[in-house]
Amino acid sequence: MLLIDCPHCGPRDETEFHAGGEAHIARPEKAAELTDAQWADYLFMRSNTKGWFAERWVHAAGCRRWFNVERHTVTHEIRRTYPMAGAPTEPEEGP
Amino acid sequence: MQRFSAFALLAKSLGGHQGWSRQWRLATPKDAYDVVIVGGGGHGLATAYYLARNHGITNVAVLEKGWLGGGNVARNTTIVRSNYLWDESAALYEHSLKLWEDLSQDLNYNVMLSQRGVLNLAHSLQEVRDSRRRVYANQLNGVDAEWLDRGGVKVFCPLINTDESLRYPVLGATLQRRAGTARHDAVAWGFARAADSRGVDIVENCEVTGFDIQGGRVTGVQTTRGAIRAPKVAIVVAGHGSVMAERAGFRLPLESHPLQALVSEPIKPVLDCVVMSNAVHVYVSQSDKGELVIGAGIDSYNSYAQRGSLPVVTSQLGALIALFPMFSRLKMMRNWGGIVDVSPDASPIVGKTPIDGLYFNGGWGTGGFKATPGSGHIFAHTIAHEDPHPLAAPFNLDRFSTGALVDEHGAAAVAH
Ligand SMILES: Cc1cc2nc3c(=O)[nH]c(=O)nc-3n(C[C@H](O)[C@H](O)[C@H](O)COP(=O)(O)OP(=O)(O)OC[C@H]3O[C@@H](n4cnc5c(N)ncnc54)[C@H](O)[C@@H]3O)c2cc1C
Ligand SMILES: [Zn+2]
Repeated sequence: MLLIDCPHCGPRDETEFHAGGEAHIARPEKAAELTDAQWADYLFMRSNTKGWFAERWVHAAGCRRWFNVERHTVTHEIRRTYPMAGAPTEPEEGP
Repeated sequence: MQRFSAFALLAKSLGGHQGWSRQWRLATPKDAYDVVIVGGGGHGLATAYYLARNHGITNVAVLEKGWLGGGNVARNTTIVRSNYLWDESAALYEHSLKLWEDLSQDLNYNVMLSQRGVLNLAHSLQEVRDSRRRVYANQLNGVDAEWLDRGGVKVFCPLINTDESLRYPVLGATLQRRAGTARHDAVAWGFARAADSRGVDIVENCEVTGFDIQGGRVTGVQTTRGAIRAPKVAIVVAGHGSVMAERAGFRLPLESHPLQALVSEPIKPVLDCVVMSNAVHVYVSQSDKGELVIGAGIDSYNSYAQRGSLPVVTSQLGALIALFPMFSRLKMMRNWGGIVDVSPDASPIVGKTPIDGLYFNGGWGTGGFKATPGSGHIFAHTIAHEDPHPLAAPFNLDRFSTGALVDEHGAAAVAH
């Protein structure tokens, strides 16, 4: 069970939220100029990371605002929540 | 391979059942194979078996990072059916169901297929319409399907609460009589034993950590037990498809989610069919041991943790009690999760990848157990002929660019 720290309301139970999938997928600026493969990449392809993962959640039964969460997809640990406009943590250069 | 028969059982029983041989060899990986299969779940083992049986390709290794049967093949709730809506899916799953019907004979291993009938309940007028449409579509595709009204449901499964006062009353159900359940471990063991007896090496505790690719063509794999060369490599890793694809340098439209199940304490036989409900979202059957086997939908977020969270369990048990008030006093004994690879159209991806010689079979999500023999069969054909089997062709990776999706989301009742 997750305890999610909404940046606007504070820590709340998982059942108050809806998961919105991978974060920071920007809609292409000139969509009409993309090839089918590029469009498919935007629409369907996902990084589906095993490890630290930036994702969107909405506080459906609270402030109803969308925000970002950095959660580990193996341990489920949440290390950071931040507003929609925030930038993701740069991946660490590991050995 | 020591064959199983009534006579063999009798003969061995005289010796106190000593002297049965190993079901498959503990293989040490060789330096090179004709085909390397990554992942020793049901689909990987079935692929190896059909490569050997149907195509004479026996210089094959199945590399499994853990132990055989540690993945979804032995974590699932074993529902086997073929009543999918679209032509492509109906053809694929019906092909699989036909293979199931002869599988115990073919493998000389009892996979305990029990064609006890599967009910998919409808709880609203729209669901009634959709369900009846699916029955007609199934019948046109040669898949056995019937529509039961509320009274018919009560006759087929007297235990279900068909009271009109239910928040989501049971208005009817589709019935596939040839559908049912099978013994999941036996499927893994049976395919492993039969593949091994035809020369396939099954290598456990061997994780594939990378792919050797030269000039856009795969030449082998890196593993925790050394490098292995192969002109053909097949990825069949269920929830870990995206991890493998990243290591090979391409992207997939998959997301990995936990899917949970739980079993009750064993009770006397009460439920002799499988009941599934999409709307209140639960499904249940009774195992031969007497336990109720209960499942529902995925946890909504991405995860590789093989465990889910309690709210999902709570909601499926609420649905169970509404449909079967008599189960309210049952204790639940165990729950667990598996990692399922969900695709955007709830259909699998079977075929070639952007890398020559590298094949992919995954995206079966919450419902691939039923497809185990069919998936292995068409995938082996695809690998052997370097060309998709006609039943596999619609399930190529390119469909996400061409737009030719096989959209089974919601169309095929609950997706297990
Ligand atoms: C709780 C639950 C209930 C389900 N209920 C049903 C149902 O009722 N009916 C139905 O049809 N389907 C059901 N499913 C879905 C079904 O179990 C899966 O679609 C199917 O089993 C997946 O194929 P598989 O058997 O090959 O997977 P798995 O058994 O998971 O095999 C994949 C294997 O790949 C291995 N692997 C991963 N990475 C590597 C690597 N790098 N190197 C080597 N090996 C690797 C894994 O260890 C694993 O053993 C359910 C699933 C779950 C979790
Ligand atoms: Zn909030």
